Amino acid sequence: MTTITQPQARIEPARAPRGRMMRNVNAVAAIAYRDFLKFLRDRARILSTFLFPLIFIGFLGGGMQATFGASSGYNFLDFIFTGVLAQTLWQSTAIGIISLLEDRQNDFSQEIFVSPISRYAIVFGKILGETLVALPQGLGIVLFGIILGVAMNPAQLLGLALTSLIASLYGGAFGMMLLGLMPSRRAADQLFPFVFLPQFFTAGVFVPIANLPLPLEIVSRLSPLRYAVDLTRGVFYWNMPQFQVVVLDPLWLNVAIMGSTFLLFMLVGTFLFMRAEQNR
Amino acid sequence: MNPIIHVSNLVKRYKSAQVNAVDGISFHVAPGEFFVLLGPNGAGKTTTISILTTTLSPTSGHVEIAGHDLVRDANGVRESVGIIFQQPSLDQNLTAEENVRLHAVLYGLYPFRPAYWLMPRGYKQQVSELAEILGIANEIHKPIKTFSGGMKRKLEIIRSLIHHPRVLFLDEPTTGLDPLSRRSLWDYLTRVRAEKETTIFLTTHYLEEAEQADTISILHHGKIVAQGTPDEVKAHLVENYLLVDAADHDALRQELRARRIPFVETPLFKIELNGNSPHKLLKQIDTPLTTVKINTPSVEDAYLAIIQEHDDDNSTASAH
Repeated sequence: MTTITQPQARIEPARAPRGRMMRNVNAVAAIAYRDFLKFLRDRARILSTFLFPLIFIGFLGGGMQATFGASSGYNFLDFIFTGVLAQTLWQSTAIGIISLLEDRQNDFSQEIFVSPISRYAIVFGKILGETLVALPQGLGIVLFGIILGVAMNPAQLLGLALTSLIASLYGGAFGMMLLGLMPSRRAADQLFPFVFLPQFFTAGVFVPIANLPLPLEIVSRLSPLRYAVDLTRGVFYWNMPQFQVVVLDPLWLNVAIMGSTFLLFMLVGTFLFMRAEQNR
Repeated sequence: MNPIIHVSNLVKRYKSAQVNAVDGISFHVAPGEFFVLLGPNGAGKTTTISILTTTLSPTSGHVEIAGHDLVRDANGVRESVGIIFQQPSLDQNLTAEENVRLHAVLYGLYPFRPAYWLMPRGYKQQVSELAEILGIANEIHKPIKTFSGGMKRKLEIIRSLIHHPRVLFLDEPTTGLDPLSRRSLWDYLTRVRAEKETTIFLTTHYLEEAEQADTISILHHGKIVAQGTPDEVKAHLVENYLLVDAADHDALRQELRARRIPFVETPLFKIELNGNSPHKLLKQIDTPLTTVKINTPSVEDAYLAIIQEHDDDNSTASAH
């Protein structure tokens, strides 16, 4: 007679998602959702989100229009509005990503780093989370833009929603690349002004950069922010007579450059960051 | 039975460090065992636990946990272990349930849903059971901020167990908790061990927590300086002696000398047992005794003696 030994029953929760892929997709959603929830529960942060664009567009745009508007041949308020929109979102996620370094030793992030998910899923979840936090800022900028007299039709609004998403995600990937290259939090804090401030000018956020001398043109082409700003303007000025004057590159070129560098930043940045974290 | 944790010749040297933080340690932990890693601050405990839980790369050596190679299959290791960190790892802005939900999703137990009521029934059941154990059925949807320190620790432990880890790592889990919370936490862990046969790997400063261990390993300057059951660790290194006293000190002193029983006055008379039974020794003494104490060493005594001994060794070595 043979004895049949029953394998010990293990209690598995019902309907576990199958496969690594699904687990990583769920993890990305969970990580992003956590950042968004934290944002929603922070009233002071929500308030500052809406105040900051008011100062930027109201004072800068209004003032510049009065000074240069007549001679430039196009509306300066529109120009600055689109530049600030792309720049704010791009920078918001780029800087937000640094919290990966900050709270590695804190609260829930420890949990994330030891969980059985892809390191790329962690980083993408984080970028998506910072994007969800940045987008309400974009909404704030658009609202104030409208109040201040930037004219927009529904198609333009829809286009801006799309470019805002792209600018935010792209900023996140750029932040990840910086994080991978930075040896420490202190180095990051010291170097960040030098990485972000010049791009206000080389990317043409406030000042037109259509006719730059060659050395500056090269620096401008190396500024990732340039492509996010130009894409935003390209969509905003689509089918408008000012398109030729304001927009630098064709839409497809901006998208292609951002798409390929997004992948590069994301993959190389994550790899370098995780390696530096483990090989302390 | 195959060990569930297998560590051989593990070395970690931090960048720009002159010495190894972990210096060639080897040990095994059997499934279901309660293993305690002791050592002074800076001995390499947290470094070791960071390596075993995949957040730090080893410089050299081989580690296998639940059959997964640490370097080649880090995700396999991550799936098999649960971790209680030294620093609290709950998100203060989220509710207890949200903290649990994120953990469950990260470990692939359930698909992600943005709200509790959208989560599968199995999950809700698990959460309500968990709230029952903690006695927080009413607070489960309240922010973690409102919880006590002991409660948060317990929630972390329960959370770390929902994916059925084979090994639970605890890095100084009771630091900063009041005695009552510590006791209740240990009662809970003892129950978990009995019910789920989870292997426990603990680092701690509280030596009385090590008394219940199956194996104690003492780490000092990155090396294992003593290892064994609590009794073995005590037996090897701590002297067994008798403390006696009499109203008539002179009489006792003379009698002990006459019978050639070596002693030290501390001011109690300390008599080494050297393998003799206390009973046999006491029978030899006629002077009426007022005090008789048998020294039963605690893990703490053994620990302090071992650390002391190795510090002495090191200073002699460096003097040459």
